[in-house]
Amino acid sequence: MIFKQAFLALALAGGVLSLQAQHRPAPKKTAAKADPAMAASIKRGAVVYKNVCITCHQADGGGVPNMNPPLIKTQYVLGDKARLAHIVLAGLAEPIEIDGNDYKQHMPAQNYLTDQQVADVLTYVRNSFGNKASAVQVAEVKAVRATLPK
Amino acid sequence: MRFFSPRLLLATSAVAGSLALLASNPHTPSVAPDPDNAGLKLPAGFGALKVAETGGRARHIAVTPQGIIYVKLNKVKDGKGILELKPQATGKATVTGGFGDYGGTGMYVKDGYLYASSDHNVYRYKLDAKGEVTDPNKGELLVRGLKVGSQHESKSIVLDNAGNLYVNIGAYANACQEQDRTRGSKGIPNCPILDSAGGIWQFKANQANQTYKNGTRYATGLRNVVGLDWNQQDNQLYVMQHGRDQLADNWPQFYNEKQSAVLPAECMYALKQGDNAGWPYTYYDQLQHKIMQGPEYGGDGKKEATGNYLAPAAAYPGHMAPDGLLFYTGTMFPAKYRNGAFIAFHGSWNRAPEPQAGYYVVFQPFVNGKPSGQWEVFADNFSGSAAKTAAGRADHRPCGLAQGPDGSLYVSDDSKGTIYRIVYNAKK
Repeated sequence: MIFKQAFLALALAGGVLSLQAQHRPAPKKTAAKADPAMAASIKRGAVVYKNVCITCHQADGGGVPNMNPPLIKTQYVLGDKARLAHIVLAGLAEPIEIDGNDYKQHMPAQNYLTDQQVADVLTYVRNSFGNKASAVQVAEVKAVRATLPK
Repeated sequence: MRFFSPRLLLATSAVAGSLALLASNPHTPSVAPDPDNAGLKLPAGFGALKVAETGGRARHIAVTPQGIIYVKLNKVKDGKGILELKPQATGKATVTGGFGDYGGTGMYVKDGYLYASSDHNVYRYKLDAKGEVTDPNKGELLVRGLKVGSQHESKSIVLDNAGNLYVNIGAYANACQEQDRTRGSKGIPNCPILDSAGGIWQFKANQANQTYKNGTRYATGLRNVVGLDWNQQDNQLYVMQHGRDQLADNWPQFYNEKQSAVLPAECMYALKQGDNAGWPYTYYDQLQHKIMQGPEYGGDGKKEATGNYLAPAAAYPGHMAPDGLLFYTGTMFPAKYRNGAFIAFHGSWNRAPEPQAGYYVVFQPFVNGKPSGQWEVFADNFSGSAAKTAAGRADHRPCGLAQGPDGSLYVSDDSKGTIYRIVYNAKK
């Protein structure tokens, strides 16, 4: 039964993707298409983004000038996954500079999110707004959380 | 006859005389608006031109009685934090110089001095008979060591007519939570920020090297004020507060996204010494017309605040970020604008996922020194389009306001550094 459900979920995810692909004039092979688990994670991550992140980082991931950093093709997003997960779990109190612009608003810790939610939302961010990068795994988030003070 | 004081008569005729002088000013240039009114949407009879493209983050601006424009940059550009622009016959202006190696927001002209602020200090520079800064290298440090955090850093400034300088010191927090901007985090009792920020401080306008101990906390409970001006009609300080953010983000059990997009109000306050506008304990709900208890301090979106807090003089929809306030005292614009307030709304970010709003200059009518009647959008389309406004991706963002000697309204843009000038050309 468990296998059956998993198969159903995979088939559903695949169906959604092929539906989306129909609207594209020249469908490209994306990482998500090759990996249904990643596609499902991105889908769940989009919900987390809308509930938690969108206010500051905005619907287009472009952030807010001088305050909240953009999530578009920056090293913070595309680079070291552990550093990225740490920002979500522990917050970021220090101002950061991206392309000569300062972003100063304090990012609160989002440690009430589950490891799965953090993995999903980061996988979503790393594959949205023009970004394309590997998925963040639950185990990677769990490892970062283990390093934080309780 | 008891009511007919000869002194009053004298004053009235003096005012009439100076008005007549202004109306017949032979030096008033004829200023031609840009063919597209600088991209702005304006009421009938008004036109606009782009005076200059400074390329810097133009925060507040000031115009001397001789028409020299001074622009405070948020970030130093080519080593300069203040730009000097001289007018040309066409009504446009040229950047002719710059000085002050610090970024900031405050810029104000009064009685022969240019006042400027960094995020820590306030300075002044002597103006000569031509309205120009005589010695840019000899700025006088008036106030130093003001608190600054990583939000609400601007130290906006204005002067009264009695030699006092008023400085906003913004609260370096959203709502004084134990963990700033964190979901469910409670407010700190007796918010410790308020002893040195979250209010307006009063200093002497002509005394060097002042610190907190030389100043007075004039009014408190103001989260962050960027736009402020002295109302000459009722001789009183008016400020525009940036209301708190993230009601739904941090208290989803009490507020939904739609409520959080419009609440709380951006408030105009008429201040007297000792006033308390209630931050972080309260916020103003412009839909219910009530001062509410903040959710960090036991509120639930329904509970009214208890305590002696100042009610706003006027209230505007949430998160639109009022960065400039100017009482219009000129004679160029039609009579309804005289002594009313222009407000530059920098534009929102904290309405997502709802559409963003603002990015315009509003007019608030005043009668006898008090707000009277509904506010209206005066200059719109700084953003470039309705879609750019909704997305929060504005081309230009209005910030500072100043009145020129002929009664033109100057508007600065801290996104691309455009300086706008709005004129009235139709017959009154």
